[in-house]
Amino acid sequence: MSQWEVVIGLETHAQLQTKSKIFSGSSIAFGAEPNVQANAVDIALPGVLPVLNREAVVCAIKFGLAVGASIAPRSVFARKNYFYPDLPKGYQISQFEIPVVQGGGLAIRVGEQEKFIRLTRAHLEEDAGKSLHEDFHGRTGIDLNRAGTPLLEIVTEPDMRSSAEAVAYARALHALVQWIGICDGNMQEGSFRCDANVSVRRPGEPLGTRREIKNLNSFRFMQQAIDFEVQWQINEISEGRAIRQATVLFDPDSGETRAMRSKEDAHDYRYFPDPDLLPLEIGADWIAQVKAGLPELPQAMQARFQADYGLSAYDAAILTASRAMADYFVTAVAAAGAANAKAVANWIMGELAARLNKNDMDVANSPISAAQLAGLVQRIADNTISNNIAKKVFEALWNGEGQSADEIIDQQGLKQITDSGAIEKIIDEVLAANQKSVGEFRAGKDKAFNALVGQAMKATKGKANPQQVNDLLRKKLGG
Amino acid sequence: MINSSLRELSAALAARKISAVELATLFLDRIDKLNPALNAFITIDREQTLAQARAAEARVPKGTQSAGAGNTPLAGIPLAHKDIFCTRGWRTSCGSRMLENFVSPYDAHVVEKLAAAGMVTLGKLNMDEFAMGSSNETSFFGPVKNPWDTARVPGGSSGGSAAAIAARLAPAATGTDTGGSIRQPAALCGLTGLKPTYGVVSRYGMIAFASSLDQAGPMAKSAEDCALLLNAMAGFDSRDSTSIERPAEDYARDLEKPLTGLRIGLPREFFGAGMDDDVRAAVEAALAEYRKLGAITVEVSLPNSGLSVPAYYVIAPAEASSNLSRFDGVRYGYRAPEYGDLNDMYSKSRALGFGAEVKRRILIGTYVLSHGYYDAYYLKAQKIRRLIAADFQKAFESCDVIMGPTSPSVAFAFGAKSADPVQMYLSDIYTISTNLAGLPGMSLPCGFGAHGMPVGLQIIGNWFGEARMLQAAHQYQKASDWHVRMPEELK
Repeated sequence: MSQWEVVIGLETHAQLQTKSKIFSGSSIAFGAEPNVQANAVDIALPGVLPVLNREAVVCAIKFGLAVGASIAPRSVFARKNYFYPDLPKGYQISQFEIPVVQGGGLAIRVGEQEKFIRLTRAHLEEDAGKSLHEDFHGRTGIDLNRAGTPLLEIVTEPDMRSSAEAVAYARALHALVQWIGICDGNMQEGSFRCDANVSVRRPGEPLGTRREIKNLNSFRFMQQAIDFEVQWQINEISEGRAIRQATVLFDPDSGETRAMRSKEDAHDYRYFPDPDLLPLEIGADWIAQVKAGLPELPQAMQARFQADYGLSAYDAAILTASRAMADYFVTAVAAAGAANAKAVANWIMGELAARLNKNDMDVANSPISAAQLAGLVQRIADNTISNNIAKKVFEALWNGEGQSADEIIDQQGLKQITDSGAIEKIIDEVLAANQKSVGEFRAGKDKAFNALVGQAMKATKGKANPQQVNDLLRKKLGG
Repeated sequence: MINSSLRELSAALAARKISAVELATLFLDRIDKLNPALNAFITIDREQTLAQARAAEARVPKGTQSAGAGNTPLAGIPLAHKDIFCTRGWRTSCGSRMLENFVSPYDAHVVEKLAAAGMVTLGKLNMDEFAMGSSNETSFFGPVKNPWDTARVPGGSSGGSAAAIAARLAPAATGTDTGGSIRQPAALCGLTGLKPTYGVVSRYGMIAFASSLDQAGPMAKSAEDCALLLNAMAGFDSRDSTSIERPAEDYARDLEKPLTGLRIGLPREFFGAGMDDDVRAAVEAALAEYRKLGAITVEVSLPNSGLSVPAYYVIAPAEASSNLSRFDGVRYGYRAPEYGDLNDMYSKSRALGFGAEVKRRILIGTYVLSHGYYDAYYLKAQKIRRLIAADFQKAFESCDVIMGPTSPSVAFAFGAKSADPVQMYLSDIYTISTNLAGLPGMSLPCGFGAHGMPVGLQIIGNWFGEARMLQAAHQYQKASDWHVRMPEELK
C-alpha cells in the first residue's frame, strides 16, 4: 500500500432542520403518506414560483460560522436542468457559481493524529422526490414529499488520505451539524448522506482519475466502500488499465462498488441563474444576529475544558463528541462544582458511557440525570461514600431506586463509617478471628495484609473508609 | 353598451340600468355569435360566468359615485383572461396541446385580484402557444382573426385578448408581455394596452415563458380603462420573489393633468429604416398632436437597441427551455399514447405536445445554455441587456417619456411571416428593448394605415412611470377618437 497514495474528497448532503421546504410552505416531516406534503409549488404546476425560506439561509450561515468559512454577501441560485420523474420542474434549484458558504474547514482526529480538512464550499439546494420501484407491478411510483426539502451540500478539498480519515471527517461533520442544530443527522432516513470522490496515485504524481461513490448512508459502509474502491483502482492501474471517471454505487451485500454511468453519458446540466429568485444577499447584521444565537462550538469548549478543569485533550474531545454529551457534562459540573469536574468526567466516560453503550442508549435520555450524577460525585468527594459504594449507588440510581444519591445512601444505609473508634473495634474483632493471617503477615507475607483489609471491609459491608481501615490495621499490626 | 368605458359600465351598474348578469349575458351572446369567425376564445363556460355575475350583483354599489376615477368600482364588470393565467375550475391551456385538458386547481394572483374587485370572467382567450409568437398563428387552437380584417393576424401573443376587445366581445382583458405581446396586438387591433414595470404585477399563476421578461398587464379600449384595471391588478405578492414591495398607487391620479411641458423623447433608432410609411405617417401625426397639447419633443438615442432582438432571442429561449421542462407528461398535461421507456415517453410526449415554434425556442434555449456556449451567448446577451437598460436611463435624463411606433407595420396577412422566423421576430423590434430593461410600455391607437388597419403609438416610461404614461395616453385620447372606433361590420 505504501507505494500508493489515496486521495479522497467528500460531498455531504445535510438535510436542514427547517419547518418547511426551501422554496414552498410544505412540511418536511419524514414518513408521511406519499404526496401529502407536496403542494402546487412542489409538484411544479404551471405558473407556480419558488420563494426562499430564510430559515434555510440561517442554517447555512450557522454552518459557515461554525467552520470558519466566509459567508458570501451575495450568492446566486441557479437551475440545474435535467429530466427525471422525481424532479418535478425538470430542474433542481441549487447554487453553482456563487455558493453561500465559501472556504473554512474542520479539524479531525485519527488516533493521536490531528488533521485539518479544508472545505471548498457549502451551498443551499432543494432535494428531489423519490421514485418507488416496488409495489407498482413494473411501473414506477413517484413520491414528492421530499421534493423541495432544504439541503446544504458541503464539499471538501481532496484532503483525506485514507478511509479512516474520511470516516473521521464524516463523523466530525455529522456531530457538528447536529451540534449547531441545523440537521438531525439521521442517516437511516437520509438526513445526512455522503458521496466520496476517490482516486489513487503514486506519491508525487499528479492526482489520479477519480470515481465518485454515491449515497453512502453509514460510516461503516463508507469505510468498506472506500477500501474496496481503493483496492480496485490499485488493481486496475497495476494491471495496466486506466481509471475512467465514473459514478459508482456501493452494494453493502457484496461489499463492492459498481459503476452507474461513465463520464461519456454525463449530463450537461445547463446551469444558469434562476430568474425566479433574486440573488441572496446576506448583510453583516444578519450574520451578527445568527452568530449571537450560535452555541459555543466544540473546539472552543474543548479548549475551555482543558484550561479550566485540567482535562486531557482526549477527554475533552470525548465530552464534546455531541451536544447532548457536552450539555450533560456542563450541567453535572455546574451542580458538582468545578473542583469535581475531573471526577464527573471520569464517571461519564467510565461507568455511565459503559452502561449507556450496553443498553444502546444515548446520553440525552440517560436514566441518571446530570444532577443525580453530580450528587453522587459530591458524596464521594466529601467521603460520605467510597468509590466502591458509589458503584452501588450508581446502580440504584440507574434502576430508579431513589431520586438522588443522598436518598439512596440514606435509605440503604450506605454512609461510610469514618468513626475511628468503631473501625478500631471491628479491626480488633477481625484480628482476633484471623490469627492465621496475622501470623502470615508477621512472617513477611504482604498478601495477608490485604486479606485482613478485605475482612474488615466485609465486616462493615464495605462502608468503612478504606484508607482509615488501612491505617488503623497497619498501626495495630505494628507495621 | 358594448362600446362603453369601464366608468360608464360601472355607473350603469350602480344606477341599476343593467345588472351584472344582464351585462355578462350581453357579452356572452356576442361571443356566441361572433367568436366562431374570430376564434378569440379557447374556453367559454356560460354557467361559471353567470354564477360569478350573480355573486357580483351583491357587490355592485348603489347610486352614483362621486369619488375619483381611480376608485371606480369594477364589481359586476366582465372581462376575459388570456389563457396563460391559471383560473381555478377553468381549463388553462396556454394555447398548447400540452395543456389541452389542464384544469387549474388554483387562481393566478392577477385572477384573484380582479375577482376580488368583483369582476366577472367571460372566458379564456386564445394566444400563441406558451406566448411564443407575434401573430397568434402558433396556437394549438388555431389562429385568432383580426376583427378589422379576418384575413389578417391580430398580433401576438395576446392576440385573443386584442381581438376580443376590438370585436367588443369583452370590455377588457388581461394580457402578458414578454417581448411585446400586449403592445403589438393592441397596436394591430386598435386598442390600448399596457405592460407595467417588471415586478409591479405578480407573476404567480401566470404560466412562465421567460421569467425575467414576463409581465402581465391590462388591455382595453382606453388609457383610462387600463389605469382602472392596473389599479386592481398591481400589488405586492409574497409568492413571487420578483414582485416589488412598494406603496399602492392610483394609476389614474394624473389622467386629467395637462401635458404642458411634457418632454417626449424620440429615439433616433426607432424612426430609421424598417418602419412602413403608413405607420410613420400616423405616428408623426400623433406627435404633432402631442406638440399641440403642450408637449415638446426631443431627439434621444438608444444606441444598443439594434442588439435587442438578438439578445432577446438568446435570453427568452434560454429561460423558456428550462421553464417548459416541467411539461414532461409525468404529473399532468399531455402524455403520448404509446411509448417505450422513460426517455421515449419524454421525447414523444414533448414532440407531440408542443408545436413547432415552441420546440424551436426550446432548442435554441438549450443550445445557448450548453456547456461551451453559455459564455458566448447567454452571458453576452445579459451584458447587452445591461447596456440597453443603461441606454434608456441616459435617454430619460433628457425626457419624461419615450415615444415611437409599436410595430413596424400594420397587421399582416396570415402566412406572410410564418415561414420566416426572423421576419416574425423583427415585428417586435420596437417593443423588446423595454422588456429587457424592465421598463413599462404601452400602445395606443393613433390612426389607420394601409388597408384601413389600425396603427399603434408606443409610449415607454421610466421604471414605475405608469401614471405618467397613462396621463400622456389619456390626454391624447381626449383629443382624438381613434380609440373609440370599431370595425364597421361588427357593430
